Amino acid sequence: MSATDAYIPQPDTGGPAQPLLIVRALQKHFPVRGGLLGRTQARVQAVDGVSFEVRKGETLGIVGESGCGKSTTAKLLIGLTPKDRGEIIFDGVPLGPDLPLKDLRKGVQMVFQDSYATLNPRLTILASVAFGARVQGLPDPDGLARKMMDRVGLDPDRFAHRYPHELSGGQRQRVNIARALAMSPRLVVLDEAVSALDKSVEAQVLNLLSDLRAEFGLTYIFISHDLNVVRYISDRILVMYLGEVVEVAPVDSIWAEQAHPYTRSLFSAMPSMDPDNRTSEPPLSGDPPNPINPPPGCRFHTRCRFAAEICKAKAPTLAGLPGNAAHMVACHLHDPASGHPKAGQGVPE
Amino acid sequence: MTRLLDISDLTIRFTGKRTVHAINNVSLSMEQGETLALLGESGSGKSVTLKALLGLLPPKRTQIEGRIHVNGTDIRALRGRALQRYRGGEVSMVFQEPALALDPVYTVGHQIAETVMRHKGLSKDDAMAVALDMLDRVRIPSANRRLHNYPHELSGGMRQRVMIALALACRPRLLLADEPTTALDATVQIQILLLLRELQREFGMGVIFVTHDIGVAVEISERIAVMYAGQIVEEGTTHQIIRDARHPYTQGLLAANLHDVDRGARLNAIPGAPPALEVAPMACPFAPRCPKAMDACREGLPPFLSLADRRRVACLRADETVPAE
Repeated sequence: MSATDAYIPQPDTGGPAQPLLIVRALQKHFPVRGGLLGRTQARVQAVDGVSFEVRKGETLGIVGESGCGKSTTAKLLIGLTPKDRGEIIFDGVPLGPDLPLKDLRKGVQMVFQDSYATLNPRLTILASVAFGARVQGLPDPDGLARKMMDRVGLDPDRFAHRYPHELSGGQRQRVNIARALAMSPRLVVLDEAVSALDKSVEAQVLNLLSDLRAEFGLTYIFISHDLNVVRYISDRILVMYLGEVVEVAPVDSIWAEQAHPYTRSLFSAMPSMDPDNRTSEPPLSGDPPNPINPPPGCRFHTRCRFAAEICKAKAPTLAGLPGNAAHMVACHLHDPASGHPKAGQGVPE
Repeated sequence: MTRLLDISDLTIRFTGKRTVHAINNVSLSMEQGETLALLGESGSGKSVTLKALLGLLPPKRTQIEGRIHVNGTDIRALRGRALQRYRGGEVSMVFQEPALALDPVYTVGHQIAETVMRHKGLSKDDAMAVALDMLDRVRIPSANRRLHNYPHELSGGMRQRVMIALALACRPRLLLADEPTTALDATVQIQILLLLRELQREFGMGVIFVTHDIGVAVEISERIAVMYAGQIVEEGTTHQIIRDARHPYTQGLLAANLHDVDRGARLNAIPGAPPALEVAPMACPFAPRCPKAMDACREGLPPFLSLADRRRVACLRADETVPAE
């Protein structure tokens, strides 16, 4: 029996048109306590009104700088951090009485960046991979774990009884992927899963992820700060800035035209890879602002070259571009009725 | 003019519970004012090379052989005061984690001023003036106020600017930068790279920039030396390395960058992992992973093939004109 036979996901209840995951108005504010009585002094608005969909079989890439809320979003999805508010709908069933968290986690698994910190150092590789299946009461967790290890390229006879510290970073990340797969998930959230790996190993793991997606019909949410990697693996890209979604679009569309000034800056910050044509000017100055007390209106207006009065006063809403509704952007420049002096002309050069 | 840097036959072994042959027969030279990127993956020996240049390796557990000359001085012979003057004076270093490298209990102005007082013998007031000037040069806004900030009050990008100001305060001839932008966000990384490029031109110093990211190397350096398993496997101008890489390892790294790979196309990944270096390599260390390996590659260390002036490749098949794939 191969790994494919051992992959028994929950049945598709909503049909192909039903998005696998719908997130509506997700919000998480972390209180910052301090002072003598430990009162809440401020709130980190880590995720503030994030909505998106993930269709069946697609890979959604999430990009943004540190502090933009991409990892918090991932943790909210599987309840590792409780959400303040918002809706999570998995294959048409909202998280709640009909879909308890434990059942959601059968369908959604996660792989983290730090492959060492996420493995229990006292458990053998086999025990780690089999752990979830054991907790969920699946039959023969060890046999299942061996099949999944074999599938991700770790010979079970050689690796089953080793401990995490005996493995290289790339091997440990394969263990984490095997552990996620052992639960037969339909959605895998990969949070910077290849970022800590060396480039040559990263390519191996990306190949593995592509193979697994095709073989098991998986859906991925792929979080990374590396735009080249995100472009390679994703079907659509979602850009976050200070806890909000600023742009979401199919990869080809966003690669051809970055509709949000922040996305444009993020793309221009990529090293050029051309010795004859090196970057001559930084696209943005300064660091991303602190998500504690973010600026009012459009959160990017403090760093935006095109900011006008309206941007300080009113937050733009996410809307499709004229003639390309799949390419959504939250910027007053694209809304003719916004009151921005250059509205309706797109992003100036 | 004397060469800025001349390393010949450098071999470094770490002894202890297990022996690691971290650097194996590395030779490298730099002219005054050059920028060189040392490119390699973790464990390739790039950071060890930098530490050896500053004499920062623990003497009890380290065996070093070979010659390191900076500006004509044999730095392995430096001791006591002379070593102190050399470190931070002639050569200084910017680390990957400025939060760890800066002292949390002193203001950043104090830390820069202290270096200047030590090396240049200036008074406290004069040294603070130098510190202020340095913060201005690294484009820290309202430097006057930032001078009196502690490291934890600054953002990551700002701390790295302070680190650069500290390293450059005594006008070193050679700046060592150990992955200084790896921990930073992309938009901040490009700011720091451009700042370093500008300061390098302004001060005319040499820079060795250690990185695992080819894109970063292209942005910062004129020359690139690729390291693998404690050896330099290829060296040339940035242009030569990017446009005409000859070592299969360099070619693999370029492919793994994903810069212009078709979406969804299968990646031409280098299989396997780098060797553990418990014994010194007796054959080409890349042969077990190499798509072009021949029997001869496994029989002895490949000699350097010199393709042009200061352009060398340690590969038996480097002069084959048809590139892989």
